[in-house]
Amino acid sequence: MDRPPAFGTFVAAASAAGRLVVQPRMGFGDPARMRDGLARTRAATARTAGTLTVDSYTRVGDLATARAAVADGTRLNGYPIAAHGPDTTRGVLDGLHGPDFPVQVRHGSARPEPIVRALAAAGLDATEGGPVSYCLPYGRTPLRDSVAAWARACELLATGARPGAVPHLESFGGCLLGQLCPPGLLVAMSVLECLFFTRYGLRSVSLSYAQQTDAGQDEEALRALHRLAGEFLPRDVDHHVVLYTYMGVYPRTEQGATRLLEASARLAVRSGAGRLIVKTAAEAHRIPTVEENVRALETAAAAAALAGPAAPGTGTGEDGEIYQEARTLVETVLGLHPDLSRALTAAFARGLLDVPFCLHPDNAGRSLGCIDSGGRLRWARTGAMPLRADAAAGAAPLTSSGLLGALNHVADRYDSPRRDDTGTEHGDGRHDRPPATPLPV
Amino acid sequence: MKILLSGTASDSHTWNLVYLRLFLEEQGHEVVGLGPCVDAELLVAGCLRHAPDTVVLSSVNGHGYRDGLTAVRRLRAEPALAGLPVVLGGKLGVAGHRQEADVSALTEAGCDAVLGEDLDALRGFLAARARREVPA
Repeated sequence: MDRPPAFGTFVAAASAAGRLVVQPRMGFGDPARMRDGLARTRAATARTAGTLTVDSYTRVGDLATARAAVADGTRLNGYPIAAHGPDTTRGVLDGLHGPDFPVQVRHGSARPEPIVRALAAAGLDATEGGPVSYCLPYGRTPLRDSVAAWARACELLATGARPGAVPHLESFGGCLLGQLCPPGLLVAMSVLECLFFTRYGLRSVSLSYAQQTDAGQDEEALRALHRLAGEFLPRDVDHHVVLYTYMGVYPRTEQGATRLLEASARLAVRSGAGRLIVKTAAEAHRIPTVEENVRALETAAAAAALAGPAAPGTGTGEDGEIYQEARTLVETVLGLHPDLSRALTAAFARGLLDVPFCLHPDNAGRSLGCIDSGGRLRWARTGAMPLRADAAAGAAPLTSSGLLGALNHVADRYDSPRRDDTGTEHGDGRHDRPPATPLPV
Repeated sequence: MKILLSGTASDSHTWNLVYLRLFLEEQGHEVVGLGPCVDAELLVAGCLRHAPDTVVLSSVNGHGYRDGLTAVRRLRAEPALAGLPVVLGGKLGVAGHRQEADVSALTEAGCDAVLGEDLDALRGFLAARARREVPA
C-alpha cells in the first residue's frame, strides 16, 4: 500500500463523478476465501468498496470460541479479525486494499475495542456501528457500558491510524432492528451517533438509513437526514449518507429480491446517498456466496447508472413530518446534558428515545410501529417520546399473525405481482411466489 | 405451561423471539423471555430461577448447532435440570439446509427436539408435553 486510502474521500470522489459506491456485506472465516471475496468485489463492474464482516463470536467478545473455531475448522458466519492476527489480515488485504479500493470492517459489537485494535493493527481505518445502534438491537450489554466502550473505540480509531489517514466511522443508527421503526427515529439516531463520533475525535462519518416500506417516505427521510447532518455536524467534518437495501424479511423469489435491490439503488440516486450496502437474492435463505454478492453489486450499479442524476432538491420532505420528528428527537437529547454519552443514556432511561420491538432492558419498550393502509410506517404508540402517535394506527392489538404480516409486508409485495417502487403494477399480475415460510423458530 | 424462551449465545436476532412470544402466549402458555445472546451459564441461571416446564431455544444466525450443543450439554450437567424438556429451533448452520449429523449430535446431548422452522411441529411438541403434565 503506497498511500493510505481515505474512505470518505473515495466516496466523495465517486459522488462528484456521478457514481454510487456499492458495497456488500461479506465475511468468511477462512482467510483465502475472504481474500477471494474482496478480490472479486474489487473486480466487479461497479464502483465498489470492500467489506470484512466479522463473525458473531468476535462480535460478542467470545474470542476464545472464535480461536477454537479457527483451530478446528468450523465454518463461521464472518471473518474473525481478532482471532487471525494482523499478519493474516494484512495477507488477506495485500494488493487489494488501496486508494481505489477502501475496505470497511462491519461487525455489530457493543464492545468494539478489540475489533478496532485488530483492524488498526492490520492497516485498516474504516468501520461502523454506534453506541446505541450496536447495543440495543444486538444483545445484552448495558447501554451505559456500550456508550463508554464506543467512546473509547472512537478515540482509538481517531488516534490509532497511520499518519495522513482519515479514519471513517459509519453510524448504523438508520437501521436499528431493520424494520417496523418509523423513519423519524432512524434519522435522529443516525444524526445523534455521528455527532457522538465527532465528539470523540472522528473527522469523517457516514449517516445510514435503511430502506423501509414506502419509496416516497424513504426519499423524504433521506432528504431530512441530509438536511439535519448539515445543520448539526461540525462544518469541518466530512460526511455522506449511506443507504442500506431493505434489512427486514427479504423477498424469497429471485425476481422479487432483484426488484427490491434495484428499487434501493434508484432510491439512493434520487435522494443523493453516496453509498449503498446491497442485499442479495440469497438473503431470505442463507448467507450469500461471493458470486451472489458480485451479482448484487453489479445489478445495483446498473440500476443506479440507469436512474440518471439525482433529482434537484424539490423540497419534498425537507421540512415535512419526518424532518420535524427527527429534529425534535435530536434537540430533546442534546438538551438533556452537554456530554452526549450522558444525554443518550438519560434519553433511554426516560423513554425519550424508545425503539419499537426492542427487547433490551435499557429500552422502555412502550413505543410501537406499524404499517398503514397506504404502506407507510406510522407510530401506533410513542410512549414517552416527544412525538405524536397515530390514533387510528394504535387501535388494533398486536397479534403474532399481525406481526408476521407486517414483517413480511415488503417481501410479499415484491414476491407477488410485478410492481416498481412507485407502486405501479406491471405485467399480467401472475404470482411467482412460493409458499410463504414463517419466521424461523 | 411455563415456557422459557431464549436466544443462543452468539445470536443477536430478536424478531424470532418477539414473534415466538406472541405465538406461544396466544396458545395459552406463560412465557419468560431471556432475550438474545444468552450464554449457557445465563440459560442455566434462568432455568433455575424461573423453573419452566419447557425451554424453547431459537437460533437464526448460523451458529445454532455449536451454540445449541454447548447450551444443552450445560443444562444436562445441572442435576436439577437433567429432565427439563428442551427444544431447539431455527437454523443450525450457515449452509441453509439441515445436517442430519448435527441433529443426531444435539439429540444425543439431550435435546428433546430439533425443529428447524416448522411452527406446527413446535405447537405439536408443546401440546404433547402439556398433555403429559395432566395427572392421570
